[in-house]
Amino acid sequence: MDIEYIGAFGIILGALARFWPVWIALAIILVLSVRFKKSLGLYGQLFDTGVGVAGVMICLFWLFTAIFAGTISPFNPLAQFPVMKSVLPGAIEPGSGQAFLFGGDRLARDVFSRMVFGSQIVLIIAPAATLFALMVGTTLGLPAGYYGGRVDSILSFLANLVLAFPVILLFYLLVTPGIRETPIPQWMAGFFFIFPIIFFSLLFYTRFRSRPGLLAVQLALTLIIGGWIYLGLVFDADPLGIISISSNQLNIFVAVVFASSPGVFRIVRGLVMDIKTREYVAAAQTRGENPWYIMLWEVLPNARGPLIVDVCLRIGYTTILLGTLGYFGLGLAPESPDWGTGIKESSRLLRASVHPALPPVFALMSFVLGLNLLADALREQSLKD
Amino acid sequence: MALTMLCLTLVVFFLVNLEPNLKKLAISQLDMRSSAEDLESWLQKNGYRQNFFVRYGQWLGVVQKQPNVDPTTGQAVPRFSYCNEPAEARYSGILQGDFGCSTKFKVPVAKKLFPALGATGILMFWVMLVMVPVSLLIGVLAGMREGSKTDRTLSIASIATTATPEYVSGVIFAVIFASWLGWLNGSAATATREGISFYNFTLPVMTMAVYGIGYIARMTRASMVEVMTQQYIRTARLKGLGFGAVVVKHALRNALIAPFTVIMLQFPWLLTGVVIVEVMFRYQGFGFTLVEAASNNDIDLLLGCSLVSVFVVLSTQLISDVGYAYLNPRIRVQ
Repeated sequence: MDIEYIGAFGIILGALARFWPVWIALAIILVLSVRFKKSLGLYGQLFDTGVGVAGVMICLFWLFTAIFAGTISPFNPLAQFPVMKSVLPGAIEPGSGQAFLFGGDRLARDVFSRMVFGSQIVLIIAPAATLFALMVGTTLGLPAGYYGGRVDSILSFLANLVLAFPVILLFYLLVTPGIRETPIPQWMAGFFFIFPIIFFSLLFYTRFRSRPGLLAVQLALTLIIGGWIYLGLVFDADPLGIISISSNQLNIFVAVVFASSPGVFRIVRGLVMDIKTREYVAAAQTRGENPWYIMLWEVLPNARGPLIVDVCLRIGYTTILLGTLGYFGLGLAPESPDWGTGIKESSRLLRASVHPALPPVFALMSFVLGLNLLADALREQSLKD
Repeated sequence: MALTMLCLTLVVFFLVNLEPNLKKLAISQLDMRSSAEDLESWLQKNGYRQNFFVRYGQWLGVVQKQPNVDPTTGQAVPRFSYCNEPAEARYSGILQGDFGCSTKFKVPVAKKLFPALGATGILMFWVMLVMVPVSLLIGVLAGMREGSKTDRTLSIASIATTATPEYVSGVIFAVIFASWLGWLNGSAATATREGISFYNFTLPVMTMAVYGIGYIARMTRASMVEVMTQQYIRTARLKGLGFGAVVVKHALRNALIAPFTVIMLQFPWLLTGVVIVEVMFRYQGFGFTLVEAASNNDIDLLLGCSLVSVFVVLSTQLISDVGYAYLNPRIRVQ
């Protein structure tokens, strides 16, 4: 049976048309942001430079792609259509009349749909893992920088220990099917995921200690929500059954948090050591404030500029790490549509066909580029103040 | 440093000796259909069931390695005959210079690891030779006049390269230069056999260099921008020196201090890059060996690999500290 093709022009138009929900959402955001630029603070200032606009738009593009993945992609990312094996871009699938815009891969799946659904995996794991790493790094970095001395030397030694490990070796040891049979990922998850709960409890406790009524409500909320997520993620025993995570995803998640929290720790520690010499910290110390109050409410808000920039860069770096994991086939299921796995599969067959390799490659590159541009624009803006 | 290495090897040793990993090793050494008892007896016979710390001590060389005892004859036989291990109890670990025996390649680890390191050394040499001058040049050109058109263009270009990890740029380069243009070879497998040439070695080197270039160039740019605002640069300009002479004679040396430490601290990232590039282009170096060792749970080889990589990372940190003091007179005097 002959397969019909649409031309290059048709492919471009078709791909642009498939992203219609994204374009609409982007246009709304763009108009609203420019309109209310003055009252949006740091975010509004991003729209002053071309680099900032580009960064925000690329990141939002992938965010909306992940949200609307079901509407955008014409096919199921795992569905196989035997006639469409390794077809060139623009081939029309006879059953539905829809085109394989970017062609089919070796297992006869639609490359375009896989790329779109890959964004979902990346945009869930990378920011979440970065946020957890941020919590762990901050909760440990604050006392290390503030107290110095023995606390600092022990924590710094541990952080340097992890940093001295080449990342790839760490992943080969920590993300294996074998390790999922042992309780080690659970232990590590239990250890790391307790930090956000500690962080928020301390945050509310130090601020609202003098108002027990409000404090009790906040602490109860933190413990209930935190404990609920904790149960769901670590023990996979969410009583409501909403939050659940498969063991290989947990494994990846924990490994990525483990690999990137020492970096956050070092940055927070350095910032705290710098900021604790300022007058307002001395003033708070003279008032006799609790050390944790000073760390969380005096030091941390003043360290936010560099931290926000670092988070942007780090999400990009985590995306690269996830891609590395996919590229080596560690952790993620072999049929998973994420970009790293897609690059792995297609890069082995470059001699035979080139087209399945390019969409995931450019997707990953543009997303990380968007984050880097965003970080660069943020850095420039925060230096201006 | 010794303490760090001790801790790290202990962690690696713990992870490779987890029960599922030992089982995987036994399966790969016997065959897929062996029964659980066979696997267990193989592990028992080769000493994998001894106490964890005893075995770590053996690997380290502070506890004696025992030969296997043949149960039928009661005679001592070497554990791994293909490694020419003598059939007697002896101290033979890292401290004695014995890296152990690779169960995957059936040779002593030293015989596999050091040629691989040599091959990677050649790759690293060329990568450095390309990466360092190019990135310094880009950084200096961009930082010379902050905010100029050259600066903007080069800065965006370096941000773009930091967004392309090796497995991305590798694919793009292979598509352009190997598949479409056909100028270069998409595989460096021949480099191991027939020696390196421009045809088979350019792609791996280029792929690895690109990711590092952006980062080093940005650091160089930042430090160059800072130097160019200093008083002595203004003095040099005011006494009538040309712009080029100011940059080359007064600014350059001071601007290169920060990038030096960055280049040194880049090594841990380069190690990851080595693994990706060597697997992608099938170059038989250190990264390739590491992947083979890890996927077959070849305990001694993997421990050797991690020892080497941790050593490289820690010693570059040391060199960067010493070199920083050497390059920066202010720190030396203090």
